[in-house]
Amino acid sequence: MGEMKVNLCGIELDNPVIPASGTFGYGYEFAEFYDINLLGTFSFKGTTKEARFGNPTPRIAECERGLINAVGLQNPGVHKVIEEELPKLRKCFNKKVMANVSGFSIDEYVYTSSLLDKCEEVGWLEINVSCPNVHGGGMSFGTDTKNVYEVTKSVKKATTKPVILKLSPNVTDIVSIAKACEEGGADGISLINTLLGMRIDLKTKKPIIANKMGGFSGPAIFPVAVRMVYQVSNAVKIPVIGIGGIESAENVIEMMLAGATAVEVGAANLINPYACKEIIEDLPRVMEKYKINSLKDIIKGAH
Amino acid sequence: MKQGYFTIASNDKIAENVYKMQLLGDASSIVNAGEFINIKLDGLYLRRPISVYDATPKSVTIIYKVVGKGTEVMSSMKDGVLDVLTGLGNGYDLSLSGDKPLLIGGGVGVPPLYLLCKKLISENKKPTVILGFNTSSEIILEKDFLDLGVDVIVTTVDGSYGVKGFVTNALDGLDYTYVYTCGPLPMLKAVYNATKTSGEYSFEERMGCGFGACMGCSCKTLYGNKRICKDGPVLKKEEIIWEK
Repeated sequence: MGEMKVNLCGIELDNPVIPASGTFGYGYEFAEFYDINLLGTFSFKGTTKEARFGNPTPRIAECERGLINAVGLQNPGVHKVIEEELPKLRKCFNKKVMANVSGFSIDEYVYTSSLLDKCEEVGWLEINVSCPNVHGGGMSFGTDTKNVYEVTKSVKKATTKPVILKLSPNVTDIVSIAKACEEGGADGISLINTLLGMRIDLKTKKPIIANKMGGFSGPAIFPVAVRMVYQVSNAVKIPVIGIGGIESAENVIEMMLAGATAVEVGAANLINPYACKEIIEDLPRVMEKYKINSLKDIIKGAH
Repeated sequence: MKQGYFTIASNDKIAENVYKMQLLGDASSIVNAGEFINIKLDGLYLRRPISVYDATPKSVTIIYKVVGKGTEVMSSMKDGVLDVLTGLGNGYDLSLSGDKPLLIGGGVGVPPLYLLCKKLISENKKPTVILGFNTSSEIILEKDFLDLGVDVIVTTVDGSYGVKGFVTNALDGLDYTYVYTCGPLPMLKAVYNATKTSGEYSFEERMGCGFGACMGCSCKTLYGNKRICKDGPVLKKEEIIWEK
């Protein structure tokens, strides 16, 4: 059987498959479906300083080969995550987890990150500077090189664990944003977050989503993600996590050839709760088919 | 929750735009009345959540109205196999019903009350059922409930059948211990205001996953934020906050 291990910012993963933030809760609920220890790791629900309900409903809309969501970072706030969610996770997951952090100011990013940095079960901090669903924060940080640089630098100063910046595709030049993260001291980059999108209901003639716009994800965005991972991994030296529309072992391999060290699987978990398990179990077959002995050897293979 | 493959045994039109579909497969994870199933359809990305009308360990029957692409695709199916998640949602709590529960359904909110009614009868309760529709051509399941041997009151907004008006126009003189209801939001609100006892209200919302992962269908309650798909769709009267 082929070797699936990869090294993500100094921590070894049994395989490169990581459920993406916002599609896997805080993990323990998926442990009812299968043993989540078979995952590489997973990125937990985007966590902010204060508790958030998020946006009004409806906040989901069907699309061709995907969906739009405008959840808006619903989460119980970092204190409750540490006190209530992580202890529940500890009972069913014995690997390091990726802590996904969002904020509305640099201070908030630093506050939340430094608290999660102290949690033993956290292996990486994934800093979300790319949520399209919140005003005055989130994505505005991820669309400006100066802001991204400042957030990265400030979080790095306040933490000891690897810091991965999660980037938005809704920018003119993804490479310059990624470079700004690297300059700020980022240990890794994950991309892409959702593409800003909209659907309109022909009966009501109004947007389906209460917030009007939302983030488009699913297999339809896979080619965009592959392209951006290719561009970014070509321009930075730090590892890149490929995200966007992955739903098969073949997609994982394609994303790694584009330059990803590991991958995150998002929307697929919502359609099939066993998606990540099935992808991991199918990887050896597909590796054999394409004569791949070790996954880490194919990273950037298409360059 | 369980994922499984179900064979379409039947799929018949029972009223204008309303269909009844029986699916055969492992339905053992369906425990409570008021749960729903989530169906994957070819060519559509998100699954379609539909409430359970009746279930046995080896079959599940749904009644659905054609309201969009998904239900339109379903309505034309004659046979085949469907990928279905079963055992979703909390369902109704029978333990709070008292001896004489009142079941109030509106339109395609009526079906989940059928399994509930059967379960209540099996516990020797004496349910009364109010079924509300806009007009006589939309009436469904009156006979199904009558066959269970319970009192059934049908209301139509246009007065073409039964009591003229809304379900709340049929409440006068009724003696009941608890309310179970499912239907459109304005009806739920009217029932909330017009009934005197506690009760359980089944809500709907556009869902992403249907099993609690995406937080797409959250609502605020007096007991904190809840996901309609996982912590609901049934909420207790005491916790409801009317936001819309």
